[in-house]
Amino acid sequence: MVMHTKTIAELSAGLRAGDFSCVELTKHYLNRIHNSDLNAFISVTDDLALRQARAADDKIAKGEGGILVGIPYAHKDIFCSTGVKTSAASKMLDNFISPYDATVSHKLNQANLVMLGKTNMDEFAMGSTTESSYYGKTHNPWDRKKIPGGSSGGSAVAVAAGLSAFATGTDTGGSIRQPASLCGITGLKPTYGRVSRYGMIAYASSLDQAGPMTKTAQDAAIVLNVMAGFDKKDSTSATQAVPDYTKNLNNSIQGLTIGLPKEFFSTDLDSGVASKIMAAIKEFEALGVSVKEISLPNSTYAIPTYYIIAPCECSSNLSRMDGVRFGYRCDNPKDLQDLYLRSRTEGFGEEVKRRIMIGTFALSAGYYDAYYLKAQKIRHSISDDFKTAFGKVDIIIGPVSPTTAWDLGSIKDPVTMYLSDIYTLSANLAGLPSMSIPAGFSQNLPVGLQLIGNYWSEERLLNTAHKFQMQTDFHQKTPQRSEAMA
Amino acid sequence: MKWETIIGLEIHAQLNTKSKIFSAAGTEFGQAQNSQACAVDLALPGVLPVLNEATVEKAIKFGLVIDAHINQRNVFDRKNYFYPDLPKGYQISQLDFPIIGRGKIEITVANTSKTIGITRAHLEEDAGKSIHDLYDDDTAIDLNRAGTPLLEIVSDPDMRSAKEAIAYAKKIHTLVQYLDISDGNMQQGSFRCDANISIRPIGQEKFGVRTELKNINSFKFLERAINLEIQRQQDILEDGGAVVQETRLFDALKNETRSMRSKEEANDYRYFPDPDLLPVEISAELIAKIKQNLPELPQQKKARFIAELGLSDYDANILTSQKGLADYFETMLKSNPDNAKLCANWVMGELSAALNKYQIEIQNTPISAQNLSLLVCRISDGTISGKIGKDIFQAMWAGEGSADEIIATKGLKQMSDSGQIEAIIDKIIAEHTQQVAQFKSGNEKILGFFVGQAMKATAGKANPKLLNELLRAKLS
Repeated sequence: MVMHTKTIAELSAGLRAGDFSCVELTKHYLNRIHNSDLNAFISVTDDLALRQARAADDKIAKGEGGILVGIPYAHKDIFCSTGVKTSAASKMLDNFISPYDATVSHKLNQANLVMLGKTNMDEFAMGSTTESSYYGKTHNPWDRKKIPGGSSGGSAVAVAAGLSAFATGTDTGGSIRQPASLCGITGLKPTYGRVSRYGMIAYASSLDQAGPMTKTAQDAAIVLNVMAGFDKKDSTSATQAVPDYTKNLNNSIQGLTIGLPKEFFSTDLDSGVASKIMAAIKEFEALGVSVKEISLPNSTYAIPTYYIIAPCECSSNLSRMDGVRFGYRCDNPKDLQDLYLRSRTEGFGEEVKRRIMIGTFALSAGYYDAYYLKAQKIRHSISDDFKTAFGKVDIIIGPVSPTTAWDLGSIKDPVTMYLSDIYTLSANLAGLPSMSIPAGFSQNLPVGLQLIGNYWSEERLLNTAHKFQMQTDFHQKTPQRSEAMA
Repeated sequence: MKWETIIGLEIHAQLNTKSKIFSAAGTEFGQAQNSQACAVDLALPGVLPVLNEATVEKAIKFGLVIDAHINQRNVFDRKNYFYPDLPKGYQISQLDFPIIGRGKIEITVANTSKTIGITRAHLEEDAGKSIHDLYDDDTAIDLNRAGTPLLEIVSDPDMRSAKEAIAYAKKIHTLVQYLDISDGNMQQGSFRCDANISIRPIGQEKFGVRTELKNINSFKFLERAINLEIQRQQDILEDGGAVVQETRLFDALKNETRSMRSKEEANDYRYFPDPDLLPVEISAELIAKIKQNLPELPQQKKARFIAELGLSDYDANILTSQKGLADYFETMLKSNPDNAKLCANWVMGELSAALNKYQIEIQNTPISAQNLSLLVCRISDGTISGKIGKDIFQAMWAGEGSADEIIATKGLKQMSDSGQIEAIIDKIIAEHTQQVAQFKSGNEKILGFFVGQAMKATAGKANPKLLNELLRAKLS
């Protein structure tokens, strides 16, 4: 077995056993990244990675540290990393070298991991395809002509194409789960507040949540153990104790009840995807799980609700990108108005500007009640639907994306693009933990299965996903790509 | 036509916390530019605000003493607008759910008491400073002040004259200092007033169109600015014109108010709840605890000064009108507990006069309370006379040392040896037989002449009481 197909647990064992050093492992990944034509990375941090690798080898030699020591990973370029360009894939931050570490970056550094580089994404995490990046499109390793999904497209591709052992992602409306689904990997968006948002460039603060993107549910549990936890620098992070997410992975899931929301199986769902979801449900039944149809009536309003709240928040969050203290500044501004106008017009991409304008409009005097306030009310109703549902079932299951990965450049109408987020938005609006795990292939493209759990039920989600992965081999499939030769 | 003035004040009191309202950066005034601005204050990508709990406690203190409703659940909102010294592009403030609800305070103008309603008080962060005169073509930004905690106190439109407005502002100013929630330093901008002013014909119920005067940093200017604005509005209306709703700036140099921006140019602030901060939940226990530990307030202190120290109502009123003055006085009493009246006289007399003359805040007085107290001791124990005391005070003010040092170096110790004084008196009597005769024939006033001669001969050091007694004895 080659190194880049190994799981974190396998790599960790290999490092400890001396099968390969961390420097060797890191060079292997860096080599693969440099030979890759998928454009998964915005920055590759070779020197830093090798420095960290040598430090990890020292730790391992002394028998110190945890399971993640020396594991090379790809970091979404939305997390601030000291001394490294942190761009959020925007021209606006192309010159921004962060002077500080995000809490997630800090925790991963403390655990002696090796950062290989920063991954491509939709600009400021706004998008479902990674096409809105200032640094060009990222390609799906299963078919170069296809989108990888987004916004954490670079991270999903890094894992799927064996360019890193795992990656970090952020999920505001599906940005971990959807690219995980379209690239055939495992992605977990934890409960809102589980992982600190400090140092994660904000898109929509009340929805943003970071999580792991991995090969397996077990790997996701290992990484979440390090990422999760209260942070006094983030007032919205939860004080809830962090369990060892790997502890109960193998528990039996017999007797669990799974709910299938009928709204997630409408006619919009691609039949190829639907059939894989139904097959996955059969697998669960074989594991002793009972299945029940449920209803999330307000989930049909998730798209308009999300596309009011997220733009409102981002219109304010992105105001700090004003050309004054950091980031892009237009040439020769003639006055303050000109500085603002041109810096922001030239520094932001189309989709970002569209959302800033939508949000600015929706928050304006006379419109606030009709848009923002109304959206907040529906958001509550959506949460209430889940509350009712979790009174009857343990886990909710459905598709992640209505289709498999589509052709690069094929969706140009923003509203059509927004509609593709239909199944993922509800979990963000309600703040619930949710996963995407590989559930097979439709016309040679990966299909993801979505699991949504109740608040703080990451352990159960991971346990359920792990049992499924013990039963199936979809997560072990890898795309046949040129990097494999490296 | 007779006009009635309607005034409401918005006061921004900077809370005297060590660190900022949403970051750990320091708040000390006058530090090197941008040296007190951390990643959060600079609004770098990804940073988040964390509420400084001390600001909540200080706001509650204020709410309790104005009999206000404390909103146990209050919410921070974002007030969005672009300005270079507002790093985030929004100010974190409180709109719909402020920490302090409706309250009231009583003011006294010309011996008449009046209750002024307080609409609300809310927590918010200050902006940084734009410095336009540092470079020729560019504006410099200093973010040291960005994120400094403010309590914005909004009054009802209850005041009917500049005098009432000043009385209200001074009352709030005294309160925040007594509560130790703000240093109230107006020169440094720790206490700023905006005034909303309108006028209406007496008898009319409907308010006139109001203007807002911004950024006034002294009570003197506040009174001047309000009166100027009342006159301006009156002139417009009496000429048949209409007052325009706008924000106006007071220019102390030109002694005028001028338009800053009209209602049409006003920003749409697009307020919405800040998703980075959870609503603030205040427990009843916390409120009770703060209530128990409230410091002595001016009214209580005044009553105590009268009852326990025997001060007059007038003296007690003046001494408690400023926390600094009361603190100074009480520090003096510690080493001089039996001389309350004498201490009070010195604080309200020489000290206040000197502070006034040189425009110095009592916090910055060159004579500490301990030192002035020592001077008062030397008077009460007879070492020096009150008159010499005033000279020593001037020397102390000039930095020549403590009372004892000055007495020693200048040889100002009072002459209380009766033998010594008698010898001097004998000499004077011998030299002025004519005046002695006048005294003996009943001219009591001539005694002052002998006192003057004796003081001259002793360089003012003769104990006046003893001198008087001895003179009378020798002359009769």
